[in-house]
Amino acid sequence: MLSYAIFFLVLVGIYGVLVLGLNIQWGYAGMFNIGVGAFFAVGAYASAIATTPPTPERLGGFDLPFWVGFAIAVAAAGAIAFLIGLITLKLRSDYLAIATIGIAEIISQILRNEGWLTNGVRGITRIPRPFRGWIPGQDTLLYLGLVLLALAGVYWLSERAYRSPWGRVLRAIREDELATLAAGKDVLRFRLQAFVLGSMLMGLAGALYAHFVNFISPEAFQPEFATFIVWVMLIAGGSGNNRGALLGALVIWGVWSGSEWFTNRLPPQWATRAGPLRILLIGILLQVILLTRSQGLLPERPPKPALATSVSSKQKG
Amino acid sequence: MASSGQGIAGAGVTQLLQLFIYGLVLGSIYALGAIGVSLTFGILRFANFAHGDLMTLGAYFALTFVGLGWPIGVSWIPAALATALCAVGIDQLTYRRLRREAPVILLISSFGTALILRSLVQILWGPNNQVYRSGIQLPWQLGGLRIKPDWVVILVGAALLVVALHLFLQRTRVGKAMRAMADNFDLAKVTGIETERIILWTWAIGAALACVAGIFLGLDTRLHPTMGWRLLLPVFAAAILGGIGRPYGAIAGGLVIGLAEEFSTLVINPAYKTGVAFAILVLMLIFRPTGLLGGRA
Repeated sequence: MLSYAIFFLVLVGIYGVLVLGLNIQWGYAGMFNIGVGAFFAVGAYASAIATTPPTPERLGGFDLPFWVGFAIAVAAAGAIAFLIGLITLKLRSDYLAIATIGIAEIISQILRNEGWLTNGVRGITRIPRPFRGWIPGQDTLLYLGLVLLALAGVYWLSERAYRSPWGRVLRAIREDELATLAAGKDVLRFRLQAFVLGSMLMGLAGALYAHFVNFISPEAFQPEFATFIVWVMLIAGGSGNNRGALLGALVIWGVWSGSEWFTNRLPPQWATRAGPLRILLIGILLQVILLTRSQGLLPERPPKPALATSVSSKQKG
Repeated sequence: MASSGQGIAGAGVTQLLQLFIYGLVLGSIYALGAIGVSLTFGILRFANFAHGDLMTLGAYFALTFVGLGWPIGVSWIPAALATALCAVGIDQLTYRRLRREAPVILLISSFGTALILRSLVQILWGPNNQVYRSGIQLPWQLGGLRIKPDWVVILVGAALLVVALHLFLQRTRVGKAMRAMADNFDLAKVTGIETERIILWTWAIGAALACVAGIFLGLDTRLHPTMGWRLLLPVFAAAILGGIGRPYGAIAGGLVIGLAEEFSTLVINPAYKTGVAFAILVLMLIFRPTGLLGGRA
């Protein structure tokens, strides 16, 4: 039971990093990225190739320490996001969404077809788990510590960014792009920065995932699990609110895991339908949230503008 | 569909013609899907991400009627009606209640609808590949060209539907009202057009065309729960290429994307065909966001 709780929390933590990354792109800046899974996959593969022992099956591995792998994962996801952002961030939010579907599809085809790089559909095995054997039998607990440390760092960074002048410009772009442009802000530059930063976090989540499950293949990055559920987490928790994002990750992953308890009790002839049934449940949940509480469990609360508070205090005085 | 790797220079006339035929067939399927996207985008002002999965649903509805022993030439009619009914039902249950929200909320909702439809298809019909008829259809040999009888069905069927749509949009009151709403929603509303009723018509027609596109795709290849989702990018690319809200442009866009994808297999791995639609989409949006024939940005 305890080991299940640790396992559960590790996945909540990894999804938490993903949702915080998406929150910077969608919650802060209003950029509609449906290619979350692609950046997640790039991070996972980059770190896996960097840290596994050398093999003739594919590129590498390079047998590097895990933290170097993490850094490479973040850099790789960021670099790809930079290139993609340069050509697509001029697009309106709905067109950007369509473009990111294309990017996700192309990256998923690369993972499948470029065997020299990724070992194709056979995937990458024996990805090392850091701290293995430091405290015998407590590998997963130690890893949970690492995930929570990463999550805390990402959360702190996201909150700082949100409250900074940089975050304020992003919110201004989200609310009124033309007015922000008229105020002299380089809108494309800010959007590109937010897109790259968010994608880097998704890459970090990918690395955290790869070293946790030790085996990755293109099948692990289906849009249902790598993209759709992340969106539902953010919408359910509250776009723009980092605490909401984390709450969403916890609640939706809880619903998702809880639904397995339900599908395990289905008659055996329904076993093959368990996966789609759970997706159906999450899809309906998303619709209900949008119809009844579209701002999420914890709605966004931007910091009060400093000017307004000083004016109102003067009026009081 | 085609073998790759010879490069354009090494391809003979026959092979180019063969690719042209592949491209026309694929392009007709894209065009039927793109018309629906263009109609709903033009009138409701949001990109319906569930459109691909409506195609899937329609294809599987037809599979059920084929399973009852009906010929495919008849099965498409109840399947199209059922798909249209589903689209109208989805609109009433979700999108109608969200119309006052920002379009992007509708976009997220349609993303959820897409997943719901796909999982329903998997639950009802199973996750595996299926076909309308077992056995291999022998292609006709015409001077070195291979032509499957199904392709003739697809090309002729798509052409007939496009003509029917044209007559509907030009001659009927509902068709004229749809064009008026696509041009200027508010003006149409003050002229006394019952916009909610026309929206239902738009869904029904878009969904019926999506259903036929799905059936044609299933006829040409096979049925699979993700078949429609994978078509979403080329279909949107076609709609944008033709100019959003311009159904005639969508037809041209569909054919261009279909042909471009097939000819691209001369130089790139067919697995990356999606990249061609993506490249066309992004280039169009950057250099000519109103579409080739001029539509709204």
